[in-house]
Amino acid sequence: MKSVTHLLIPLSFSIFVLISACKENRKLPYYGQSEIKEIKKTDGSITVDTVYRTIPDFSFLNQDSILITNKTFKDKVYIADFFFTSCTSICPTMHRNMKSIFEEYKSDQDVMFLSHTIDFKYDKPSKLKKYATKLEVDGDKWQFAYGSKDDIYNIAKDYLVVVMEDSSQKEKYVHQGWLVLVDKNKHIRGAYEGTNDTAVAQLKKDIQVLLAEQK
Amino acid sequence: MRSKLIILFSFATLLIAFSCQNSDQLKQQMYYANGRDIYINRCQNCHGAKGEGLSKLSPPLTDTTFLKMNKHLLACLIKNGSNTTLTVHNVPYDGKMPDNPDMAHIDIAQLIVYITNTFGNKQGFYSPEHVAKDLKACNKAE
Repeated sequence: MKSVTHLLIPLSFSIFVLISACKENRKLPYYGQSEIKEIKKTDGSITVDTVYRTIPDFSFLNQDSILITNKTFKDKVYIADFFFTSCTSICPTMHRNMKSIFEEYKSDQDVMFLSHTIDFKYDKPSKLKKYATKLEVDGDKWQFAYGSKDDIYNIAKDYLVVVMEDSSQKEKYVHQGWLVLVDKNKHIRGAYEGTNDTAVAQLKKDIQVLLAEQK
Repeated sequence: MRSKLIILFSFATLLIAFSCQNSDQLKQQMYYANGRDIYINRCQNCHGAKGEGLSKLSPPLTDTTFLKMNKHLLACLIKNGSNTTLTVHNVPYDGKMPDNPDMAHIDIAQLIVYITNTFGNKQGFYSPEHVAKDLKACNKAE
């Protein structure tokens, strides 16, 4: 009997160590240039703080022709990307992967998705609606954004994604396939190649880390 | 002596017959392997690594009946793309499939051998000559 309790103590200790080692304690980085700003406190003294790059205010039409703004994504962790509906190169793979994340977080109110179309000529909201319906993700959780060329192409820069028109290409548009992870304070906390399975698996892990940080 | 000769002869005949069959099999395997590379490069984005398609946007390639009934149209679909509604697994797909005008008959044949012998399909060999015939028929029909 005594030998059993002797065994039990180190055993439970090692289990405890193993479990605590499994817990991830890492923190996601902040993307983009940060600024050092002087902040005036209420008592008049001045302190220094680091201000991270944020996604600026925006307003676009969604697939239901309803105005969506940065307020739509208030207190949400969201994944943003740039695509167009007639794209047959990287977009289907990006959205196949994004949809698998969408399915995982279907019931999580803190997670949203935002896809911007860069085909401002053809992808009117009605086209986006058709696309969302066919992808079987139509609803409030995954927003599809339509805007003027300037608005969309400018916000792409804020998400650190390269997009452009290129008439020499068969499909007329060129863009990078990043899935950009944005936190509740509109900071970019990760960017993942949406066509790469390893990167997408990392994104799935990182969302959890971010959600735990910003509970 | 004679019986020994007969045994040797029949053995040789068997060997030849066997190796003939093997070269056919080898040819199909070669087509299949090349077809898989083409599939990964040109088709997988929309139709998926397992031929599962993408929701209601791109049809799956697992409808063995569809692929059997429409085998004579596959070469045209691949080369010229599609603008019409295709019904696969009882689901209508009205999206546009891009064309592949740069693909040679042999490439199309290899791709068709791959598609029609994977994802649950098992239709055997398909030759470049057959591709030429099918393309001619559908270009005439258009």
